[in-house]
Amino acid sequence: MEIKGRKFLGYRRENGRVGVRNHVIVLPVDDISNAAAEAVANNIKGTMALPHAYGRLQFGADLDLHFRTLIGIGSNPNVAAVIVIGIEPGWTNKVVDGIKATGKPVEGFWIEQNGDHNTICAASKKAKEFVQHASELQREECDINELWVSTKCGESDTTSGLASCPTTGNAFDKLYDAGCTLVFGETSELTGGEHLVAERCATPKVREQFQAMFDRYSDMIDRYKTSDLSESQPTKGNIEGGLTTIEEKALGNIQKIGKRCQVDGVLDKAEAPTGAGLWFMDSSSAAAEMVTLCAAAGYVVHYFPTGQGNVIGNPILPVIKVCANPRTMRTMSEHIDVDVTHILRREMDMDQAGDALLEMTLRTANGRHTAAEALGHREFVMTRLYESA
Amino acid sequence: MSIDFVVHDADDSVGVAVVEGIQAGQELTGWVMQGDRTITFTVSDSIPIGHKLAIRDLAEDDAVMKYSVDIGRAIKPIEKGEHLHVHNVKTKRW
Repeated sequence: MEIKGRKFLGYRRENGRVGVRNHVIVLPVDDISNAAAEAVANNIKGTMALPHAYGRLQFGADLDLHFRTLIGIGSNPNVAAVIVIGIEPGWTNKVVDGIKATGKPVEGFWIEQNGDHNTICAASKKAKEFVQHASELQREECDINELWVSTKCGESDTTSGLASCPTTGNAFDKLYDAGCTLVFGETSELTGGEHLVAERCATPKVREQFQAMFDRYSDMIDRYKTSDLSESQPTKGNIEGGLTTIEEKALGNIQKIGKRCQVDGVLDKAEAPTGAGLWFMDSSSAAAEMVTLCAAAGYVVHYFPTGQGNVIGNPILPVIKVCANPRTMRTMSEHIDVDVTHILRREMDMDQAGDALLEMTLRTANGRHTAAEALGHREFVMTRLYESA
Repeated sequence: MSIDFVVHDADDSVGVAVVEGIQAGQELTGWVMQGDRTITFTVSDSIPIGHKLAIRDLAEDDAVMKYSVDIGRAIKPIEKGEHLHVHNVKTKRW
C-alpha cells in the first residue's frame, strides 16, 4: 500500500502539531495531589485524571525527567487542555508554564492555603470551561507525514520475532518513506542485537551516541544484577512463550525497525524529537514506562506487538496491539487490534500484514478506539532514575 | 500444506512451534522463511506452542543460532528434534 500522501482527520493544535484524540486532562504535580485531581475528574464529565506515585523530594536529573514527563504529557497534541494541581504553587507553575508554551489552554491550582475543597471547586469550574472549549474543536484533514508513531513490544514470545514485530517493521519502513516521525527504544532489550542497531545509525555521530546510551544501561545492569536476570529479562511470560535468552528476545524486538529505515538520532527519556525520521529513545523496557515516555515525547499513535498478550494502554496515547500467536488470539482476542496469525499459516505475507496495520493506523487516527481504550487501560507510569533526597 | 514449525534463516539451529499440541514422536513439517522451503522430521519431545525444537545436533558449549545470530550457549548436548529452552541453553550476556 502506498501510504505516502494518505490523509487522516486530526486535531490541529495551537502550535501546529496534530493530535488524534481530544482529551482534557487533570494532571497532578505530585502524589499527594492525586485525590484532588481525581475529584475534579469525577465532577466534570469529559475530563480524565492522571494520578501517579511521584513528585516529592526528587532532585537533579530525576527531577528534570519528572518535569519533562509531566510537561510533555500536557503538551502532547492528543490533549486539548490541561488542569494542573500541585501541593504548592512553585512546581505547579513550572508545569503550567511548560505546557503554556504550546499555546493550549492550561491552568494551575494548588492546595496549600486553599485545602482540597476550595482547590477542587476552583479547578472544577475551569475544567468545565475547558471541556466545553474542547468539545467545539473540529477534526481536519492532515497529511500522513504529520503523524508521530512510537513502538514498543511486550509480553513477547517467539511469534513476536516471527510475525508481529516484522509487521510493525514493515509499517515503519513505509511510514519512514512517507516522512513520518517515529521512535523505538527499550535499551536493555537490544542486548545481543545492539550491533545490528548500531549498523543502522545514519551517521557515525548517531552511532556513537547510541553506543554510549547502550553501554551506560548495560553497566547499570551489571552493577545491580544478582543473577543472569532470567525471569526478569526475559520475563516469566517471555519464557512461558518460548523465549530462552535476552539475545533471542532482542533479535525479535529489533524486527520492529524494519529493513530500510535508518536511525536518524537519539533521544533522552521523554525528550521530543526535532525532526522527522526514526529516533532511538534511551528508555526502560517495561511497557507502561516506555509508552508513557513516548506520550511525553509527543507521539500520538503507538504500535504494540505482543505474543503472550500484554494488556497495556495509556491515558492519552492510543496503543494498537498486533498479535501473531494463535493461542493468545483464541484466549484473549478482546485485547488485540490487528490479528496477524495468518502469517504463520503462510496465508498472509509481511507486506500485507504491514498494510493491515497501516489501515488500522488510519482508522485509529480518525477516531476508532483501540482495544486498550475501549477496555479502559490507562497505565500512566513515570520513570524514576534513583532515590529521593 | 499446513505448517507445524517455522525457521527464520537457513543456517539456524532451531525452529519455533506455531501450532498447539505437538506431541513426542510426531512427524512435523517446518517452513524455512529464508528461501521459502519446507522440511520434515520427527520431534522427540512434546513442544508447547512458541517453544523451540533443535533442527540440528548441538554439542555442549555450541552457539545456538537463530536469525543467523548467536542467541546463547548449549549447556548440555542437544539432539535434533529435542525441546530447546532454558533447561539446556543459557544467555552469554549478563
